[in-house]
This record gives sequence, structure tokens and C-alpha cells, in this order.
Amino acid sequence: MSRTLSILVDNKPGVLTRVTGLVARRGYNIESLAVSITEDSNRSCVTMVVDADEDVVHQVTKQLHKLINVYKVVDLTESDYVDRELVLFKVNADPSRRGEIVELVNIFRAKIVDVSQTSLTIEMTGTDDKLGAMERLLREYGIKEIIRSGKIAIPRG
Amino acid sequence: MSERNGMKMTGAQCLITALEDAGVTTLFGYPGGQAIDIYDALYDSKILHHVLVRHEQGATHAADGYARATGKVGTVLVTSGPGATNTVTGITNAYMDSVPIVVITGQVPTRVLGSDAFQECDTTGITLPVVKHSYLLKDPNEIARTVAEAYYIARTGRPGPVVIDVPSDVAQAQDIVYEFPADVKLASYKPTYRGNNKQVKQAVRALMEAGKPVIYAGGGVISSGAETELLKLVETLHIPVVATLMAKTCFPADNPYYLGMPGMHGARYANRALQESDLIIAVGTRFANRVTGRVTGFAPHAKIIHIDIDPAEIDKNKHADIPIVGDARLVLAAINEQLAKQDAQPRTAAWIQKIDELEDELPLSYADRGSVIQPERAIQLLDQLTCDGVDTIFTTDVGQHQMWASQYLASPRRPRTFISSGGAGTMGFGLPAAIGAQFGYPESRVICISGDGSLQMDIQEMATAYENSLPIKVLLLNNSVLGMVRQMQDLFHGKRFSQTTFTGNPDFVKLAEAFGWSGARVEDPALLEEALRGWLATEGPALLEVVISPEENVYPMVPSGATLDEELVEDATGKQEEEE
Repeated sequence: MSRTLSILVDNKPGVLTRVTGLVARRGYNIESLAVSITEDSNRSCVTMVVDADEDVVHQVTKQLHKLINVYKVVDLTESDYVDRELVLFKVNADPSRRGEIVELVNIFRAKIVDVSQTSLTIEMTGTDDKLGAMERLLREYGIKEIIRSGKIAIPRG
Repeated sequence: MSERNGMKMTGAQCLITALEDAGVTTLFGYPGGQAIDIYDALYDSKILHHVLVRHEQGATHAADGYARATGKVGTVLVTSGPGATNTVTGITNAYMDSVPIVVITGQVPTRVLGSDAFQECDTTGITLPVVKHSYLLKDPNEIARTVAEAYYIARTGRPGPVVIDVPSDVAQAQDIVYEFPADVKLASYKPTYRGNNKQVKQAVRALMEAGKPVIYAGGGVISSGAETELLKLVETLHIPVVATLMAKTCFPADNPYYLGMPGMHGARYANRALQESDLIIAVGTRFANRVTGRVTGFAPHAKIIHIDIDPAEIDKNKHADIPIVGDARLVLAAINEQLAKQDAQPRTAAWIQKIDELEDELPLSYADRGSVIQPERAIQLLDQLTCDGVDTIFTTDVGQHQMWASQYLASPRRPRTFISSGGAGTMGFGLPAAIGAQFGYPESRVICISGDGSLQMDIQEMATAYENSLPIKVLLLNNSVLGMVRQMQDLFHGKRFSQTTFTGNPDFVKLAEAFGWSGARVEDPALLEEALRGWLATEGPALLEVVISPEENVYPMVPSGATLDEELVEDATGKQEEEE
């Protein structure tokens, strides 16, 4: 099962390696990773999604706590939180089908950020479900490329 | 506050001054191009005594042995590239056994970092998984604070190794204002020392209700100095104690409640006691697989109280019913205080009687074949001969000799006098660790028990011992095979002795003499005691080679993956048989 961890760390070189190393050491893959500075420029927040058993994540969480550069680790999976991810889809769009795609983009409240002779680039933000639904619909037109930002998450309230 | 605060100096001088202010007196190292400025500043120090080793791995093990013997932080200074990579085994060893050391490595200048410059390696990257913390020191103004932090982190909480990587331009920096902090405060690092009160009370209740309790003591008892509190607990409730390899010397070996070492080569009665217990009080230990056997079959009827300073150890290998995160000494003191308040009385008489029966029924024993020296007998004799009032520190290497030493050094000794590589199992640890221990205790007798495989892994450090006039005694149990692996091949791989026999070992006596040591060899069991006496009485460093049979195995043995009551034992003829 995928679990979402939110990790508050020092904004310093090498810290990300320490954090991800603890997951890699156990032979698990990181599904998604997003890092950036927080309201305090000395601190970064790492949002990491790992597909691993609960007890593995539990152990990793405790090991993360031990890192000198880590201030706080929260396993958001079972709490109430808001998460978002940004995706860029580049889809085949010859002029005859552009209209259909634009309609989809409007329904999903996405945005077209680049247009060429043969393709459209769509920017979309949302949860996993919503992005997945869009992806399935766009497949019909032929997706040339997908880039995802990695999930970011914040507890509610 | 340091009286030198506010003075202007070079980066290298800052580093050396900070080491002095951190309380360092002895360090082990090996110079090189990128560490040359640090070594230049060291030349002026009137406080630091630098021990020049022969290999950086030796320096790291020596610092480790020094730390284990003294309880202080060990210090290593080496150069970049191979100097740094040679410390990795030693750092891993210290990490696995929670030993506080600080390793300072030279590094190429910051402007060429990452360019594959001569003798460059990514030291902080390579050591990342085996350090408690590490620093790549890029700002010379941060030197003193970094050193203060490194020593603080290494020795507090669960101790461990810290690496400081120092690029040469940082060491060369001029006019740096020295500021050594009066104390270290880290917002993200606050170890828990005091156990949660509610948990302590729960543990006390469980202790007072238990009919068949066993204390399972680990290295944390020694590193926190909890020996007296542990003894007090045992005296109050009459609970038998098993102590892991790391915890040997944490409890008086002649105390009637002491059962010795559990685990793969532990005493059978110690293992049976664990398996039959209804309550295990694990103190400063991590339920290592060498102790528990197949962990799912470990102590199946026992409730577990787990006391450890590292929250990540709780539930890692074995679920704890009553976890208490905290310092072993403080938690045991809190438990003892509660027990005293409640006027707790022992209620283990029947259990102790049962264990006494187990001790009679399943003693630790060996078959004496008469014609060759039994290694067990050599250790027993050594044990007796060193109960002569001289403070003695033992170090061991890794292998069969290590297990015989742990089984048959049975006399009571003060804490921190048995130093052995546990978690990492690093062959080559014993001799440099003995050098470190001897620097920590110049007046004590330091004995390294080794094997021919292990000794040859760091044998170059015999030169370090000679050069520093260290009267270290090496007892070499020579079977000309890699005994522990050979034993596994003998028992579990159809006697296919793949690559475990040395057919061209050196003449160890001549080798010792070449290093400036005294050397002697003994093969005849009738001459063993005399040889041991002569060797112990020798002035200066001395090696005694005791020739033993390659056939000799360590028993009892719980095979890997079996539970603690499924051990292999030796029959009267010295052959192995399986207990049903």
C-alpha cells in the first residue's frame, strides 16, 4: 500500500540523500518525491510516497526521526490531509481533434500551456484520482509525454 | 568557554584547538596530501598525542577500542581518498556496536570537489549509511562549532560514529576567529533519557507478577553505566541474567543469578531460560539474530519489556509489550525506586531452582582429546592465570576464538574489559583495538585473543605496538583454517571445505620477532600452562602461538534459522550430534 510521509528537514546539501537512503537501503522504491523550502527558509519539506508495508514505513519513520537534520516526520496516510500534484501532458492533437481535447481540458479545469502543429501541452493540478481519469481520457488521442511534479501534501486544519 | 575564543588562526589551527577543547588527548591517524595542513597544526599541539598507525583501518579500530575501554570518544585523523575509504570498515564496526568515534578526513579543495581530483572520493557519501551523522565542512568559520557538535552527537543518546570531511582550502583559510561554543544545542536532536513514568510503572507491575523472568542485558548496559542498577534489580527480585557478547562484564560473572551469554554459541541453560521465561526484560539491546535465533520462535511464552535509548529499536526485530525509551541506567534506577517503594519481594525460587537444574543438566563443556591442545582449555587457563590482581583488558578478533573467549573467560571482571566486534563481526579488529585500549589504560594488561585468519588482517599494527612500547600480549589460536566458516562447511555443507584452509601461513614466531615482539609457540598440551605463564610474564609486546586442531568446532551451536532450543552439541568423542 502506498503511504505518504511528510518530512521537515534542514535546507542543506546532502540531507535529501540521507532521507532517501533510508528507503533505498530496505530495497523499496520511492513512488513520488517533492522537496522545497517552507515558510522558514532554513527548512525544507519533503513529501514522499512509498509503496511498502506499514511496519516497514513505521521503521523507516523512526529511522528518519534519528537523522540529525530531520525535525519532524508525519505519516499522513491515516490522517486527514490535502494532497495535490501537478502534471504536464503532451498529447497528439492534429487540428481536427483539438476541439475535443479543449473540451476535456475545460471539464477538468485544466489549462493548455503550449500549442504546436501536432500537439497540445496541458497543465493540470489535482489528486491522484482526478489526474488518472484525465490520463485515461487523453490516451485515446495518444500521449507523447507525461511529467509529474510529485505529490505534495499538508494536513487539514 | 574556551579561553582561546576570539583568537585569530588558520582553519587547521581552529580544528586542532577545537579537538583540544572537545577534551581529546589521544588520536589515531595517518597523514596524507590533503590532511597535511591539519598535521602541520597538530605539530604545535602540546595536548594531543597522535598515534601513527600502519593502515587507516587500524586507526579506526584503535579509536574504537580506546572508546570502548575508556567510555570516551575515540578520534581518527586521516587523509582523503584511500585514507578515507580505509576507515569505512572501522566506521561500520563502530556503528554496528554503537561506539562513539569521530573520524576527521582530509578532502580535496572545495573548488575541485566532484571533479575526480587526485585522491578525491565522496567521503560523506560513502560513509552515509554507517554514520550517526557527518559533515562536509565548507566554511572555515564553522570548524569549531562543527567539532563541538560532532563530539556531542557521537557520545550522547545512542552513541555512534561521526565523520567530519575537511577540504584542504578550509584547513588553509587564514584569520579565522576561533569560537568554541560553551554548549551544544540542536533543535532536531534531543535524545530521551528518562523513561515514561507510566511505562515504568507497567514494567514494575509485570516484574512483580512474573514467575519466570529473565533479564536480557545488551551493550547499552555498559555504555550507559547501568551495571550497579542492574545488580540492584537482580538482588531485589532474584532474576536470572543473560548478557550478550556486547554486555559481557556488565554483571558479576560469579553472581549466582548470572547465566552468561545466550544465542548461537551461548550456554544451553541460558537459551533454555529465555525460551521458557514468562517475562523478558531486555535492556540496551536489539534482539540481534545471533542472540534470538529464529525470532518468530524466540521466547514464545514471554511478555517483553524493552528498554532502549533508541526508539527505532523498539518493535524492530521483536514486538515489545512494554516499551520504555530511555537511558538504561536512568530507567533501571526508576524501576528500582518503584520496587523499593512497594517493598517488592523475590518470588522466583521455583524458577531459579529449575534453572539450576538446567545448569547441571546442560553445562557448558568440551571434550578433551588429550593429544592436542583444546582451545577451550587454553582460554580457561588464561582466565585463571589473569586473576592475579593485575587489571586485565581482553580484546578479541572474530571467529571461533572469539566464541571460545566469550564462553570460557568466566571469571568476574570489571566492566569495559572485554572488547569484541559484535554486530559487524570484523576480522582484524582485535589487535588495533588492543592498541587503543592500551593507550586508554597504560597501566593495565591488555590481551588480544586472535586467530590466524583475523590476525593477518591487521597484522601490520604489530609495528605500531612495538613503536609505542605497548606491552600488548597476543594469544594466537592457530588452526591454519578459517575455523568459523569451516565449521559451517563441516556441519551444513557436506564437508566441502571451499577456500577455508591456509596451506602457507607465515611462521608467526619469526614474524613477531621481525616486528620487535617476543614470540613463542606451544603445541604440546602438557606445556601449555608453562607457555602461558612465560608469555604473560614477558616484558613488552609478546605473541604466543597456540597450535590447535583444524577439526575443532564451537559448541553448542544453534544453526542459523533455528530456535534457541534446537542446538547442536558435541558428544563425548568430540563428534557433533543433534539434540532432539
